[in-house]
Amino acid sequence: MTTTDPRAVEEDLRQRVTDFLAAHDHTTMDRLEFLRARYDAGLAWVNFPVGHGGLGLPRSFQTQVDVQLAKAGAPDNNPRGNGIGLGMAAPTILAFGTEEQKKKFLRPLWTGEQIWCQLFSEPGAGSDLAAVSTRAVREGGDWVVNGQKVWTSSAHKAQMAILVARTNPEVSKHAGLSYFLCNMDAPGVDVRPLRQITGEAEFNEVFLTDVHIPDSQRLGDEGQGWKVATATLNNERVAIGGGGGGRESGMVGVLSKTWREHPERRGAGQHDKLMRLWVDAEVARVTGQRLRQKLAAGEPGPEGSAMKLTFARIAQEASGMELELLGEEGLRASDWTMKRPQHVDFTGRDATYRYLRAKGNSIEGGTSEILRNVISERVLGLPSEPRVDTGIAWKDLPR
Amino acid sequence: MSDLNLLYTDVEDDLRSSVRDLVAARSEPATVAAVYDGDRSVVDPLWRAIAGDLGLAGLLIPEERGGAGASAREAAVVLEELGRSVAPVPFLTSSVVATTVLLAAETGGAADELLAGLAAGERTAALVLPLSAGPGEETPGFTVDGEGRISGSARSVAGALEADVLLVPVRTEQGTAVHAVPAADARVEPVVSLDMTRQLADVTLDGVAGQELLAPSAGGDAVRAGLEVGAALLASEQYGVAQWCLTTTIAYLKDRRQFGRVVGGYQAIKHRLADLYAAVESAGAAARYAAATTAEGDPDAVVATAVAQSFVSDVAVKAAEEAVQLHGGIGMTWEHPAHLYLKRAKADQIAFGTPAAHRARLAELVDLPAPAA
Repeated sequence: MTTTDPRAVEEDLRQRVTDFLAAHDHTTMDRLEFLRARYDAGLAWVNFPVGHGGLGLPRSFQTQVDVQLAKAGAPDNNPRGNGIGLGMAAPTILAFGTEEQKKKFLRPLWTGEQIWCQLFSEPGAGSDLAAVSTRAVREGGDWVVNGQKVWTSSAHKAQMAILVARTNPEVSKHAGLSYFLCNMDAPGVDVRPLRQITGEAEFNEVFLTDVHIPDSQRLGDEGQGWKVATATLNNERVAIGGGGGGRESGMVGVLSKTWREHPERRGAGQHDKLMRLWVDAEVARVTGQRLRQKLAAGEPGPEGSAMKLTFARIAQEASGMELELLGEEGLRASDWTMKRPQHVDFTGRDATYRYLRAKGNSIEGGTSEILRNVISERVLGLPSEPRVDTGIAWKDLPR
Repeated sequence: MSDLNLLYTDVEDDLRSSVRDLVAARSEPATVAAVYDGDRSVVDPLWRAIAGDLGLAGLLIPEERGGAGASAREAAVVLEELGRSVAPVPFLTSSVVATTVLLAAETGGAADELLAGLAAGERTAALVLPLSAGPGEETPGFTVDGEGRISGSARSVAGALEADVLLVPVRTEQGTAVHAVPAADARVEPVVSLDMTRQLADVTLDGVAGQELLAPSAGGDAVRAGLEVGAALLASEQYGVAQWCLTTTIAYLKDRRQFGRVVGGYQAIKHRLADLYAAVESAGAAARYAAATTAEGDPDAVVATAVAQSFVSDVAVKAAEEAVQLHGGIGMTWEHPAHLYLKRAKADQIAFGTPAAHRARLAELVDLPAPAA
């Protein structure tokens, strides 16, 4: 498809989907076979190149395909079940992988045959991700990995992981990293639930002990790990905080519902606070709408980080206020049992859960403090923080 | 709540450039500051250039009534620029508020001639209500006797000093009528105002004959519409004020050094500016949404306006206060223009209803009732 006329592209794409559906009857076909065929037809992610599940079109054409297939009742690849794979691993593999790696990993990733997780953060490397100390040492054709990762969602369900490890401690911290694709069923991978503030365990700790990774699963050059990881992280920001829901779709919607249901609990001070939060949430909704319009128009959107800052603050204030509003009821929690949630819904469960889970919103995906650094330095062009960790070998850094 | 375009069209970008160029050429901060010392010589030529030369006074007036037939979106862009330069011109009061009131009058009536004059930039009008009055707070301070003579007064009226015709809301038993009164027949006393770039006046009428433009059956709605649109588009002016404060402060902090470092490199400062940036960007979206819904006659416009006034008013004040604080000593001087923006921002916060009043209004609109008294 070389034409640039959007209408012609739309029409061509519609025809492709129609032809595909005619040739593949999802009512009789095995679900996985159907999804693999969809991938091979270039209808998985149209912005990916031909041969890798796409057609080399702008990302904006994807919705049309998804809608047309959904209307026909075709099964999808359950994208919610593989958020890290689709949102972070795939674009990174596409950008840095060899042809062989793309061929091997992208299709089972897209179909959901392989769920992915992210082995980045460590107990000693949170905001300072480049300080990771998990070591990968070359041994023949393999890398042998030892270390501990943390805050790994889906690790207990995943078959594959993207992993950042230190391959050279003798150079500065950013220069000594490499990026790997790690099999989660490899010997030495030990996944343990990380019980969190809500009582349940969304996340995991992952202990890596003499885990062998073939060199063919190194993504990018040795020592290029930071550059590859940055590409991964850039793909993370867009999703969080962008929202896209309607009015009252977030935590303030829950709070508003509680307000309406409990006239007896209303107070003047609380009303003022409620209205301020309602306004903040509505403005955030409109700001997100404008951000998406800018992205669609090809304008870069530096508001991404600002959106996430705002989202976290509103979620925390609104969920805290909801508990106060509930009064005596707010003192009662429903369940502290250790569980493995299937889905994470920030506005789900009960008020206690919402209040506690929202605490993570200003920490995960970049703390609010780091985001303020990002905004002030990369958007506003203010000087970066004075650094004591540059120009010095990682092994010599104080820790 | 449709997915309205919240960006700027090419036409709107062009409009912005021409306003910015004109204002930059004719109205420097130093000349604007002179209005505080009683020298208002900048006002008239600047207003003539904007209203007449650029033809912006008639933006909201349909072509068939002699105007440009543009919409609230374009007027909002003009206001962003006028806010950014704290320009002392009556665009908001005459070309937005008074014009919106007059547009409620039927074509072929007495308002036509005045609308044509406004569109041509030859005449300037003002609605005679306190600048603080928001939608729903439009209690007229005037009455009319059996012979059509109007008496009464209104304090703190914006745009009256620049106007040659006053639109006077008159209280009658049947409702609010709107009469046109020549400004020359009224007592218009200048007020030493918090914001002298939008200087207020106390207006008194003592048995003055006027011309009824809107009957009591229509006047109340028309006045309310004027205040509604005024409140909606004021948000764009406030956004312009906030943007100037943010960009000027950042530029200063990239330059200013203390303790051997650029002040803008200190994290305590950077984080404040990051928060302010997030707020100002959000304010821009809220203001744009209010303008877009108003332009479309979208039923959500009234919610969008209350949201914008509640949010953007406070952001503009915050931005101006941060500008003063983060400039340090120079920000406290008469010489530096920051004070012009602080005064405008604070006065704008009170104008067309305070944020608290808009939140109270919003609570009813979105069914989040206040506690029973």
